[in-house]
Amino acid sequence: MDLSTSYLGLNLKNPIVPSASPMSRTVGSVRLMEDYGASAVVLYSIFEEQIRHETKEMYHHLTYHAESYAEATSYFPEMHEYHSGPDEYLNHIRKLKEAVSIPIIGSINGVTDGGWVEYAKLIQQAGADALELNIYYIPTDPNMSSDDIEQSYLDIVKDVRNQVSIPVAVKLSPYFTSLSNIAKRLDKIGVNGLVLFNRFYQPDINLDTLNVEPGVILSSSDSLRLPLRWIGILYKKINADLAATTGVHTAEDVLKLIMAGANVTMMCSALLRHGPRKIREVLTGVQQWMVEHEYASLNDMRGSMSHQSVADPSSFERANYMKALQSYM
Amino acid sequence: MSEIKREMVNIDGNEAAAYVAHKTNEVIAIYPITPSSNMGEWCDQWSSEGKKNIWGTVPIVAEMQSEGGASGAVHGALQTGSLTTTFTASQGLLLMIPNMFKIAGELTSTVFHVSARSIAAQGLSIFGDHSDVMSTRSTGWAMLCSHNVQEVMDFALISQAATLESRIPFIHFFDGFRTSHEVMKIEELAISDIKAMMNDKLITEHRQRALTPEKPVMRGTAQNPDVYFQARETVNPFYDRCPNIVQKAMDQFAKVVGRQYHLFDYYGAPDAERVIVLMGSGSESVHETVDALMENGEKVGVVKIRLFRPFSMKHFIEAFPVTTKSIAVLDRTKEPGGAGEPLYQDVITALHEMHTTSESKFKAYPKVIGGRYGLSSKEFTPAMVKGIFDELSKEKQKNHFTIGINDDLGHTSLEYDPNYTTEKNDVIRSLFYGLGADGTVGANKNSIKIIGEETNFFGQGYFVYDSKKSGSTTVSHLRFGPRPIRSTYLISRANFVACHQWQFLEKFDMLTSIIDGGTFLLNSPFPKERVWGNLPLVVQEQIIKKKLNFYVIDGNAVAVKTGMGSRVNTIMQTCFFAISGVLPKEDAITAIKTSIKKTYGKKGEDIVKMNYAAVDATIENLFKVDYPNELTSTITLPPVVPDHAPDFIKNVTAKMIAGQGDSIPVSRLPIDGTYPVGTTSWEKRNIATEIPSWDSEWCIQCGKCALVCPHATIRIKVYDNALAEGSPESFKHMPYKGNEYKGQAYTIQVAPEDCTGCGICVEVCPAKNKKETKYKALNMVPQPAVRDQEKKNWDYFLTIPEADRRTVDVKTIKGTQFLQPLFEFSGACTGCGETPYVKLVSQLFGDRTIVANATGCSSIYGGNLPTTPWTKNNDGRGPAWSNSLFEDNAEFGYGMRLSLDKQVEYARELLIQLIPQLGEGIVNSILSSTQHDEMEIYTQRERVKELKKLLPAINTPESKQLTQLADSLVKKSVWIMGGDGWAYDIGFGGLDHVIASGRNVNILVLDTEVYSNTGGQMSKSTPRGAVAKFAAGGKPIGKKDLGLIAMSYGNVYVAQIAMGANDLQTVKAIQEAEAYDGPSLILAYSHCIAHGINMTKGMNAQKLAVDSGHWPLYRYNPALTKEGKNPFQLDSKMPKIKLEDFEYNEIRFKMLTKMDPEKAKLLLRQAQEDVMKKWRFYEQLAAMNYATPAAATNGH
Repeated sequence: MDLSTSYLGLNLKNPIVPSASPMSRTVGSVRLMEDYGASAVVLYSIFEEQIRHETKEMYHHLTYHAESYAEATSYFPEMHEYHSGPDEYLNHIRKLKEAVSIPIIGSINGVTDGGWVEYAKLIQQAGADALELNIYYIPTDPNMSSDDIEQSYLDIVKDVRNQVSIPVAVKLSPYFTSLSNIAKRLDKIGVNGLVLFNRFYQPDINLDTLNVEPGVILSSSDSLRLPLRWIGILYKKINADLAATTGVHTAEDVLKLIMAGANVTMMCSALLRHGPRKIREVLTGVQQWMVEHEYASLNDMRGSMSHQSVADPSSFERANYMKALQSYM
Repeated sequence: MSEIKREMVNIDGNEAAAYVAHKTNEVIAIYPITPSSNMGEWCDQWSSEGKKNIWGTVPIVAEMQSEGGASGAVHGALQTGSLTTTFTASQGLLLMIPNMFKIAGELTSTVFHVSARSIAAQGLSIFGDHSDVMSTRSTGWAMLCSHNVQEVMDFALISQAATLESRIPFIHFFDGFRTSHEVMKIEELAISDIKAMMNDKLITEHRQRALTPEKPVMRGTAQNPDVYFQARETVNPFYDRCPNIVQKAMDQFAKVVGRQYHLFDYYGAPDAERVIVLMGSGSESVHETVDALMENGEKVGVVKIRLFRPFSMKHFIEAFPVTTKSIAVLDRTKEPGGAGEPLYQDVITALHEMHTTSESKFKAYPKVIGGRYGLSSKEFTPAMVKGIFDELSKEKQKNHFTIGINDDLGHTSLEYDPNYTTEKNDVIRSLFYGLGADGTVGANKNSIKIIGEETNFFGQGYFVYDSKKSGSTTVSHLRFGPRPIRSTYLISRANFVACHQWQFLEKFDMLTSIIDGGTFLLNSPFPKERVWGNLPLVVQEQIIKKKLNFYVIDGNAVAVKTGMGSRVNTIMQTCFFAISGVLPKEDAITAIKTSIKKTYGKKGEDIVKMNYAAVDATIENLFKVDYPNELTSTITLPPVVPDHAPDFIKNVTAKMIAGQGDSIPVSRLPIDGTYPVGTTSWEKRNIATEIPSWDSEWCIQCGKCALVCPHATIRIKVYDNALAEGSPESFKHMPYKGNEYKGQAYTIQVAPEDCTGCGICVEVCPAKNKKETKYKALNMVPQPAVRDQEKKNWDYFLTIPEADRRTVDVKTIKGTQFLQPLFEFSGACTGCGETPYVKLVSQLFGDRTIVANATGCSSIYGGNLPTTPWTKNNDGRGPAWSNSLFEDNAEFGYGMRLSLDKQVEYARELLIQLIPQLGEGIVNSILSSTQHDEMEIYTQRERVKELKKLLPAINTPESKQLTQLADSLVKKSVWIMGGDGWAYDIGFGGLDHVIASGRNVNILVLDTEVYSNTGGQMSKSTPRGAVAKFAAGGKPIGKKDLGLIAMSYGNVYVAQIAMGANDLQTVKAIQEAEAYDGPSLILAYSHCIAHGINMTKGMNAQKLAVDSGHWPLYRYNPALTKEGKNPFQLDSKMPKIKLEDFEYNEIRFKMLTKMDPEKAKLLLRQAQEDVMKKWRFYEQLAAMNYATPAAATNGH
C-alpha cells in the first residue's frame, strides 16, 4: 500500500501533516506525533507582532520605574542572558531537527515587510525544511481595495521567495473575490504550495461583560467542504502543491481531499481533541478503505474527483448549492 | 610600579567596593539596606553569571533574613576558615554590632564595606553621614575611610590586605550616596594588582585558625571575673601593630598600582597655619578649597583621615605642618551630650598626649575647634569650607559649631558667604531636570560613560531624587573636566541646564543655577516660534538677563513618533551632545549609537532601532530660539501652598515642597520628630496627564472606584438634596439609588490635582455606557482641560458633610466608601497595590486607630516628608502613626497594645472607685459597653464626654487620674502594618511572638512578595520561579505559608485577601480581624511595580493570582470553633486558570523565560504542582469537622 505523497518538493511517507498548533510547542509532543505516523509537522506560527510587543514590553517594565527613587534605582536584576526576538522559536527548530526525522515546516506571521523576510531567513538558517507564510489581513479600512490587499500578499511572497531557498507555502484565507486568480498569481511568482484555508479566531460578544472576546472553535468534518471545493477547483490549474487544512478528522476526510487533489491533509482540531494517536487511527482507516476499494496508491486517486476530472464540473460551482438543498429535502 | 594597562571605568562607589570584595572573598552574606544594597546586588549578579574570584572560584552569595542574620552567617563562615564579607549601612550596621564584638574579640580577619548613612533618631534618613560607623567604635574594628570612588576601590583592597596581616577586622566605609552612588571615571584595579596584594601565607594562616574536627578547639567560652579582664587585654599588641600594617599595605599598593596613601594625608601649604581635619567625601571639597585659597597665597591645609581606628596619634601629629596654629575638626555625626564629636575628641586627646609626653612639634600649641557638618547628606561646599577657614583666622573662635545650617536656636552655626565658589571655567557643569519615568538619569549615566570612554575628560555624576514614588522628579548633576573632579557638592553654577519636562517650569526656578551666557535646553510642546510666549515670566527674565543660548525640541513628539513613548532620555541626551560641545557632534552621535547598541543590543534589535531613530529624529527637531529682548509673559509661578494654610505649613512644609528646606532654621523644626497630620492635602502635585471623569448616566453606584483608588482621590458622598442645589454649575450629582438614603443626592468626585492618573478606577468600573461600550461610567480625560473646573467642584465637594458613621452599612462595598478616608494623596507609586488596603483600614477604624508601621514602602509613602498622608476627620480624630524600625514593628505595636490595655484597665478601676461620686448609672453603662459597632462607639464617646464633664467637680486624685485616662475607655484599634520583607523575614521572630501573645492587635501584611522599597530583592514570600534580586536565576523554592504558621496557634485570626479578586471578602476579613478579640493577621496580596505589570490593570493581576490558585483566599476565625464550626473557610474557588496565565502576565516570571527557558519551564511546572498541593491541603482543612463528638453522633 503506497501512502506516500509529495509536498513542497518533500517526499512524505503519507499525507497526514499536523498543521500549526500549540501541539508543536514541545519536542516531546512533536516526537509523539512522529511516532504516531505524522509525515511532517508545521510548527506553530511565530508572530512578529507578538515578538515585537514582548520585546518592547520587557524593555518598558525593566526600565520604566528605574532611576526614579533613591532607594530603588532598579527593580529587577540585570539580565545576563537574554533570548530576545525569535531566538526561542529558532532554538526549537534546531532541537526538533535533532530529535525527529520528519520534515519540519516553519510558520511565520509577519506584520512588517522586513519582518517576513528577516524571520524567513532565520528559520531557514535554523534548519527548517520548508516555510509556511501565515498571511492574513482583515480589511477594516473601506478605502482599501481588493487590489491593494492582493498586491500586499504578492509582495510579501515575492520578497520571501527571493530571499530563501527552501520551499515556501502560503496559507490563505478563503475571503478573496477571486480565489482562483490570486492562487494563479501566487503560483506565477513561484510559491511552492497553497494551504487552504486559514481558520481565523472569530470575535464573539460576551453579554455579561459587554466585551468582544476572540475565541477559537475547533473544527469538525463539516468544515471540510470549503477546502474540498477549492482544492477541487484549483487542482491542475496551478503548479503549486495543495494542502488541505480545516475539517480533517477522519480517514474519509483524508480520502475525499486527496481525491479532490490535495497533496497533503493537515490536522489540528482532531489532534487537539483526541491527541496524536488520532493520526494512526486515520492512517489505518485510509489503508483499510484503500484495501477494500482496491486502490494501490494515493497517487492513483489524487485529483480523481477534482473539478476537471468529474463528470459534472458544475457540481463544484454555484448550482451545487441548489442541488445540495434539493437533495437534503 | 608595574606597567600593567589598567582599564578606566565609569562606576559608582558601591560597584567599586563590590568589585574588590567579590574578587577577594569566598562567602558573601548580605541583607539589603539603602544605600549599600547595590554592593550585594552586584556580587549576586556576578556570581550568578559565573564570575570568579582571584582564586578561580565563584563566591557564594547568600541573602539573609536581616543584617543580624548576615553578620551571624559571616561570623560562622569566618570561623570555618572562608574569606567572608558583607555590605551594610545605618541600622543594618547596628544590628551587626553584637557579632562585630565577637569577630574582633576572636581576632578574625574580614572587611565589612559600609556606605555610611544616618541613623534613625527624630526621623529616619536614608542619606549619608557617619552616625552608623561611629556607633561601632567600641567594637574593636579597624575603620578605614575612603573619600572618593577611586579610593573606594583602592581601600577595599588595602583593607583586605591589612585585615589578613593584622587579624583586626576592618570596616571599610565611604559616604552613603555622595560616594556610594556618585559615578566617576576611575582606574580599575587589574586582577594582577589584587593578587599582588593578597598574601597566600596570611590566607593559609586564616584558614588554619578555622574550626575543624580534625583539630578541635573551643572558641567562645563563658569567662568569669577571674580572667575576662586579662583576656580582653591580650589583643593590645595587635592594635598597636595595626596602623603600621595598614601603612605597609598602602606602601605595597603604591608599589603595585602607583597611588600612594597614608594613614593621614596632609594636603596644602607646607607652612599652613590653619588646618581642617576630617574624613569622607567632604575632604574632597576641602581639598578643592585649599587649592583655591592657596592660589591667593593663603596658608591653609587639610588633614584627611584614612585610618580612623586604631587611631595612631603618632602618625596623626606627624601629618601636620609645624606651622599649624589653629585646627578645625569636622565630624559628620552627632553625639548629643558628649564633650565633642568622636574625631574632635581624638584630636584633642592626641594633641594633649603629645603635649604632655613629648616635645611639641608645633611652634605653639594649636587652637582646636570642633564642628558638625553634612548630616544626612547635607551639602558641604567650598563656601562652607572657606567659612570654617575664616573662623580659624579669628581671635575668638566658635567651638562645637555647625556649618551649612542656620541654627538660630543653639547659635552654633558659622556664617559663610554662599556665593564663594571654586569651580573652574574649564569644567563643564550640567544640570538635567527630568522625571523618573522619562529615563533622564539612565541617559546621563550613559553620557558619563560615553564621555569617559571617548575623551580624556574626567566625569562625575550625582543624582538627586525626590521623596515621592509617583511622578518623581530627578535632578542630575554632571561635571566633565580635564582633572579628577573633587567637587563633592551639587552644581549651583551650571553652564548647561536641561529641562526635560515642560511642567517643571512652573515648579522649579531652575535658571537661578545657570551662569551668564550658559545654555538652556527645553523640552517644549511649543515650536520655536511660539515657545517664548508660553514661558513663565521668571524664565523669560533669566534668559534675557543671563543672555542664555536657548534651545528647544519637542522631545515628546519625537518620542511618540519613534516609538519611545514617554521616554525622552535618548532624545534629550542627543540634544546635550549636539549643543554642549563636549564632543564633536558627529563623534558624539556615533558614540551614542555605539552605546545604544551595547546597552540594548541583547534586549532586541527593535529597541536598538527605536533608539537609533530617536537619535536621528532629534537632530532634525532641535532648534535654537531667537528670542526677543523683552518680557512678554504674564505667567507667574503659583504659590506653593495657599495663603490660608497654617503657619507651620507655610513656614516649614511649603519650603520643603519648594526645594528650599535647607534654608529652614533650626527653631522652626519640631524638637522631637512630631509633625502635624494631613499635610499631603496642601501639596498639589498635578502629576496626572489624565484623570477620571464621572458619567452619572451609567453609574450603578457600586463604590468600587473609590475602594480601589490608591491615592484616595476619587470620593463618594451621599447627602441632602438641598446641598446639590447650590453647587457649582459643572458639579455632578444624581439621585441615590438605594433605599437607605432614599431621596438623597449622590456624587462621585475626583481631586483633580491629587489624582496620579493611574486609571485603576476606570479599569474596575463595571458600568459600561450602553450606547457606546468603549465608555464607562468613569472615563479618563485630559487633566489640564478640566483642572480648574474640577478644582472648584472638589472644593465644593469637601464642604458637603461626611456621612454619619452610625448610618453606614459597612458590610457593603458601597457603604464602606461613604466613610471618609483618613489616608489620602500619599506619595506611593501610581497604581500602588498596597495603599487601597491601608486606606480601607483608615476608613473603617481610622478615628480610633494607632498605627505601628514597619520601615519599608508603607513607612515611606506614609511618613516621608515634606508631606504625609495620614489625616484626621472634622472632629479632629484620626490615625496616630509611628514608625519604629524595620525589624521590631510587631513588638512596637504590641507595646502600644499593652499600654492601651493597661490604661483601659486602670481607667476601669478608677471608674469603680469613683462610683460613690459619679453614680452607678454612668459607670455601669461605660463599663458594660461592648462597642461592637459604630453606634455603640458613638454612644460610648458621648458617655465619656459626659464623664469628662463630671470629673472636674470631684476633687480627688482618682478623678484627676481618670480625667487623663477617660478617652481610653473608647475602644482603640492597634494596626501593625508592613511589607513581606518585615513580616516574613526580618520581623518574623517578633511577629511570631506577638501573635502568640493573645493580645488584640491587627497585623496587616502588605504582601508584594518582594522587597519593594529597596528595589526588588527576594523575600521568603517571593514565589517559586519569580526573578528577583538575589534570585536572578528565578527563585528555586516556594514561598513560606505565613498564614498556615499563624493558624497553627489556633487562637490567631488569619485571612488571606486580594481586593482585586474579591473586594467583599477583603472588607469582611478586615472587619472580622478588627472585631476579633485577639491577634489577627491579614495577608493582603498587593500588586507592585516590582512585578513588572501594567499598573492600571493591577486589580486584574490580583484576580489572576487568585483564579490560578497562586493566592487562595481564606479566613480562619478562631471564634467559630467555640460554636463548633470549622474556623477555616476557603473564599476562593478551585484554580480555574493555569498558573502560567497568571505568571506570564508579569515580567518577574516572564523574564526567566527569556533568560533560561528550560529552567522557567521546570519552575513553572513545580509551581503549578505547589498550587495544586496547597489547594488540596486547604480543601481538607476547610472540610474538617469541628463539631464536638457528641454533636457529631447526633448527625451534625
